[in-house]
Amino acid sequence: MIQVIDYKAGNLTSVLKALNYLGAETHVTQSPDDVRSATKIVLPGVGHFQATHLLEDLSLTGAVREAVAKGTPFLGICVGLQWLYEGSTEAPDTAGLCHFAAKCERFPATFNGAELKSPHVGWNSLDNIREDSRLLRGVTPGGFVYYTHSWRAPVSADTAATTSYGGDFTAVVERDNVMGVQFHPEKSSAVGLQILKNFVEL
Amino acid sequence: MLTKRIIACLDVRDGRVVKGIQFVDIIDAGDPAELAHRHAAAGADEIVLLDITATHEGRGTLLDTVKRTAATLFVPFTVGGGIRSAEDAAAVFDAGADKVSINSSAIARPELIGEIGSSFGAQAVIVAIDARRAAHSADPVGDAEVFVAGGRKPTGRKVIEWAREAEQRGAGEILLTSMNTDGMRSGFDCELTARVSEAVQIPVIASGGAGSAAHFADVFGHGPKGGKADAALAASIFHFGVTDSRELKAELHRAGVSVRLPC
Repeated sequence: MIQVIDYKAGNLTSVLKALNYLGAETHVTQSPDDVRSATKIVLPGVGHFQATHLLEDLSLTGAVREAVAKGTPFLGICVGLQWLYEGSTEAPDTAGLCHFAAKCERFPATFNGAELKSPHVGWNSLDNIREDSRLLRGVTPGGFVYYTHSWRAPVSADTAATTSYGGDFTAVVERDNVMGVQFHPEKSSAVGLQILKNFVEL
Repeated sequence: MLTKRIIACLDVRDGRVVKGIQFVDIIDAGDPAELAHRHAAAGADEIVLLDITATHEGRGTLLDTVKRTAATLFVPFTVGGGIRSAEDAAAVFDAGADKVSINSSAIARPELIGEIGSSFGAQAVIVAIDARRAAHSADPVGDAEVFVAGGRKPTGRKVIEWAREAEQRGAGEILLTSMNTDGMRSGFDCELTARVSEAVQIPVIASGGAGSAAHFADVFGHGPKGGKADAALAASIFHFGVTDSRELKAELHRAGVSVRLPC
């Protein structure tokens, strides 16, 4: 059973629909016990980083930490990826899981002397795909995925793919069983479904 | 590289796709769910469903249509028409929409933009603006006026100023329809699109007037007309088999526009 965490950040419908379409059994939860006993965990989320505060309030942060420590596959989507880091300048007082080092920051207002529009909305390509990535198996470099966000994580050794907008940022992060995608795989047509399928089949 | 989006728009009345010419004559063009999937398969980057029934009786039909359309649609899906409250928006999101488009109701009560955004995120709120150039002005584009009620009612508000307010109130995107060019297949209003795009940080979707690939290249800034759209919307150009998104994108790619290919 994939436990999909509901922390009232946007709409879960699309993520559930895509996972169910791929044949996965899903359950929407706010319970730490469900998270501890999950075979897989998905943390979706759009909107403000502040919303992740509810994870701490519901004692879900500790439950996720326990689950991933014993190897439960975890996928964070959009704000769900950002939460895996130390935090975000969007809500400086709300801590993330701190699984990955660094903080998420807003896109700069300008890049290479030109104005940079924010949010970054639309289809952009996955580049520098790490060959050992299990989440990106079968995904061709240059494949397009759908983004809508204003904050992003920097590139590090855990980055499994980058996307370029105002410089490179982390499109996919992956270390062992802990993974995150900044884009919306549930809205990214065939490429997105391939990525979700890879996660479902882990 | 971030690509320019091609958005297929379905105008729906009483559960059927229709297309008007300059907001008036209506022709039947098919089943919304079927057409949405056909567009997505043919490479459309997003689907917009605009309900032009907007009567109380029509709402149930609309939610059913949205549910049917969204069931296996894995590209962004926007629904607009008749959304007057955060509750209306919530029902449409529950049925499977990713974004809502609000128009007359946002003019009537601008707080609605923030109300929907606070529950579902700014990315889920598109403010649609129906614009008409000011006929008797030294700056017909700068003084373009916002119309509501399907283009029937002038509001006295200037398009650029309203777009800025919508952004400040938390809109995620602007869908700008030029009433001067809509349905004419003679090209987008590039100048109006560029002026609005320069006035806001959020993406601007150009709408009204698509008739050929060259028109899309123009509004994306790859032509002499200097458009600055982030995305462009088309309805009739696709419905009657003029072209499909993949063919359109191949032509745009050749013209130097960055698009999602293969798709």
